[in-house]
Amino acid sequence: MSETLARTAAGSTNRRQFLIGSIAAGAGLTCGFALMPVLEGNAGEALAAGNFSPTVWYTIDRGGIVTVHITKSEMGQHVGTALAQAVAEELEADWRDMRIDYPDPAERWGLMVTGGSWSVNNTFDTLSRCGAAGRMALIDAAAARMGVPASQLHAANSRVIGPSGKSMSYAELVSTGKLDKTYTPDELKTIQLKKRSEYKIVGKPVQALDLPAKTDGTAKYGMDMFVPGMVYAKIARPPVRYGAKPIKVDDSEAKKVAGYQQFVSIPDPTGTAVAYVIAIAGNYPAAMEAARVLKIDWDLGPNKDVSSDSIIAHAKELVADPSKGLSFWDIGNATQALQTAAIKHEAVYITPLAVHAPLEPMNCVAFEREGTWHIYSGSQFQTRSGPLCAAAVGVKPEQVLIHQVYLGGGFGRRLEADAMVPAVLASKAVGKPVKLIYDRPEDIQNDFFRTITYQRMQGGVDAEGKLSVLTQDVCSAWATKRWGIPAFLSDSTDKKGKLDSFSVNGSDSWYTIPNHHVRAIENDLAQAATPSGQFRSVAPAWTFWAVESFTDELAHMAKKDPVEFRLAMLDAAGLNAGSAPNSVGGAKRIVEVLKVAVEKSGYGKKQLPKGHGQGIAVVSSQERNTPTWTAGVAEVSVDKDGKVTLHKMTVVIDVGTVVNPDGVRAQMEGATLWGISLALYEQATMRHGEIQQTNFDTYTPLRMAQVPELDIHVLNTGNYPAGVGEPAVTVVAPAIANAVYNAVGVRVRTLPLTPERVREAMKA
Amino acid sequence: MTILTINGFRRVVDMPDDTPLLWVIREHLQMTGTKFGCGAGLCGACTVHLNGEAVRSCQTSLSDAAAGEVTTIEGLDPQGEHPLQRAWVAEQVPQCGWCQSGQIMQAASLLQKNANPTDAQIVKAMNGNLCRCMTYVRIKKAIKRAAADMRKAKEI
Repeated sequence: MSETLARTAAGSTNRRQFLIGSIAAGAGLTCGFALMPVLEGNAGEALAAGNFSPTVWYTIDRGGIVTVHITKSEMGQHVGTALAQAVAEELEADWRDMRIDYPDPAERWGLMVTGGSWSVNNTFDTLSRCGAAGRMALIDAAAARMGVPASQLHAANSRVIGPSGKSMSYAELVSTGKLDKTYTPDELKTIQLKKRSEYKIVGKPVQALDLPAKTDGTAKYGMDMFVPGMVYAKIARPPVRYGAKPIKVDDSEAKKVAGYQQFVSIPDPTGTAVAYVIAIAGNYPAAMEAARVLKIDWDLGPNKDVSSDSIIAHAKELVADPSKGLSFWDIGNATQALQTAAIKHEAVYITPLAVHAPLEPMNCVAFEREGTWHIYSGSQFQTRSGPLCAAAVGVKPEQVLIHQVYLGGGFGRRLEADAMVPAVLASKAVGKPVKLIYDRPEDIQNDFFRTITYQRMQGGVDAEGKLSVLTQDVCSAWATKRWGIPAFLSDSTDKKGKLDSFSVNGSDSWYTIPNHHVRAIENDLAQAATPSGQFRSVAPAWTFWAVESFTDELAHMAKKDPVEFRLAMLDAAGLNAGSAPNSVGGAKRIVEVLKVAVEKSGYGKKQLPKGHGQGIAVVSSQERNTPTWTAGVAEVSVDKDGKVTLHKMTVVIDVGTVVNPDGVRAQMEGATLWGISLALYEQATMRHGEIQQTNFDTYTPLRMAQVPELDIHVLNTGNYPAGVGEPAVTVVAPAIANAVYNAVGVRVRTLPLTPERVREAMKA
Repeated sequence: MTILTINGFRRVVDMPDDTPLLWVIREHLQMTGTKFGCGAGLCGACTVHLNGEAVRSCQTSLSDAAAGEVTTIEGLDPQGEHPLQRAWVAEQVPQCGWCQSGQIMQAASLLQKNANPTDAQIVKAMNGNLCRCMTYVRIKKAIKRAAADMRKAKEI
């Protein structure tokens, strides 16, 4: 499934002609894929007529400025910069001439989604070829102008240079030359791309193109938009996360608030919520105050008694019932092998609700003009959010335009349309442009959470001390299923049903285990009461938490060194040999990062004081088809009260080819700290159907004082580039838990590793 | 009507006295460089200067602000080239960027009082400013770079 999704996300550009031409006099050069075959006329006319697919395109203006149009959302990963590097490299453009922009999407853009650490991974080859095609067209144009065969010309630094040293700038060629060229898919495929050793821009440090605007306050996010005549909207929320319906609304108190205009009480046809009561006012403080004092009788619905504890208890029952769930991974005969293993072990691993809490609370500016709904709201998933808004207000999907703005944090949170839907509903109801803003408690309590997960691990070690069998039963809400897009679900191994592989990815690990079974079980109670979403690093954050902790447990039981125990399973044989392009080398590449992590951290050799310990873990996040090989070593100390202090985190990652070194490092730093935050500090709890945490005093992401020493190593192995936004997150929690075990001899199997949990384990 | 002095300009504001300064700045005056994060003084995204001191604009009333002079990220440097802003670009600090106005304003207040802060002093001053992208390592580096640049500029 993920492969299908990744392919669709990349846009099916591989069967299309690539067009280079001027769309209007003086407009410069446009380079893009034809939406439909060009049967007659020239490339410029076809482009001018709108016959181009905006999935991958760039323009060169008469001043020689190259603008790469980015259809990925910018949420801090500087992805546009990396994509522009790919184009500039093959186009032979001067990096100083490169710009990026974020054009507004339209229906013909196809799937538009940013996530899964896919962006660079999916588009690098295509963008390289498009850049090369542009260079070749410019050289041809120069050849005609200079009266020299194209074969005698080459390009560098935005110029075409002839044998005599005479040269013409791209600006000059675009301004005066006649460029008109169409490449067939086959021609595009056969273009000889540069060797890695010839790269001048890819893999070199460049300044991210979005930085200045993010330091002087000029970057525009969804909340920074203003429309004449707009009013402010604030939702009055019920005391349960999902399922409540308003019965009666009394606004007599709200009417006393200066600036209050009216309330809107309206059902949600999309099911994003059941219904909304929304206070409308002339300014936001008035809307907040009015929403606070609206007296609403709620029918609290079916989830009013659900708690984190009841969700976990339900998961325990589901896992114990072998008829529940679907098979995701099935090798050998795990049931039989468990009976004959020399050493057997079973343990349960739990992760709590976690909240995205992007620092820009969810918000949306929405209005209708001449039949089109305009939406300004940070979005990672325009393809789904647009049609949802259309369904909400009863228009066609093509009547909704989601404008691109900067995202004040994504992390998967902005895959959801939950601020857009009530904003369009409110705007339609009041007949005015609306700016809807969540306050922080609302943003935390109404997240599409990282689901509660409950995983039962069973394993066995054979007489030689090798892991002979592993089973992993993963019970959670199925976030992708909630989206209702059938193509996103995948068949179980026995074809008995469709499962959400985004709830189990990572469990199909690169360890060679002769008997290995993974069962994916939907927790229907969690699904109903805690609408879950994709949360930076998704399933690998919990599957590797369980696998890498449990592997460590088994290694200790078998009296094996945890590194040797892992290496014995990393033989890169058969299924784990890897394949082109993404997983060339297979499990061997885990061996490499593991060895480097051991060497850099001194794991197993370093002399540590009493109460200190190191722990190791390796992962291949995100998905089996898009692995980024990562190893981590945590060094902790644990005091008598159970408080875990993380002193140092070593992370080694093989990302294939580094496109933007500083961007990769920034993502690694952020992802590692995000992993630490989830392992030690972040958890939300539900009681009576409501999230108990409301702000950053009770939901507590990591702060500067909690940053440990980071030792990050990026291996540039020259393989195909892999994603870097998420993998480091997933290696941290098991490494810390394994370190805690080595420090004080206790296993804590529930995240986060709070002092209470560790203390309790130390007492037992 | 309240007269608010902001970035050296006097602006007439028709909002109740107890309106949080944050909403006056970013929604009423549409100076959107100042960001809303928590509304409770817990994240620092809305940090501005009141008489040169870093304050949380979500916890400062319009009337209190009107008694002094307010500086926002837009007014920190006319060209957006305060040493901290230059250091923020040089160290490639911002990821999503939402918290960075507040981080820079907080850091500017620190450097006004302490030209050469230690790591511990930086952490103490900055610990109230959350960054969800967790760019803390670079924030620290950028503050040190800016402090060094400012000391050098003074010597010259």
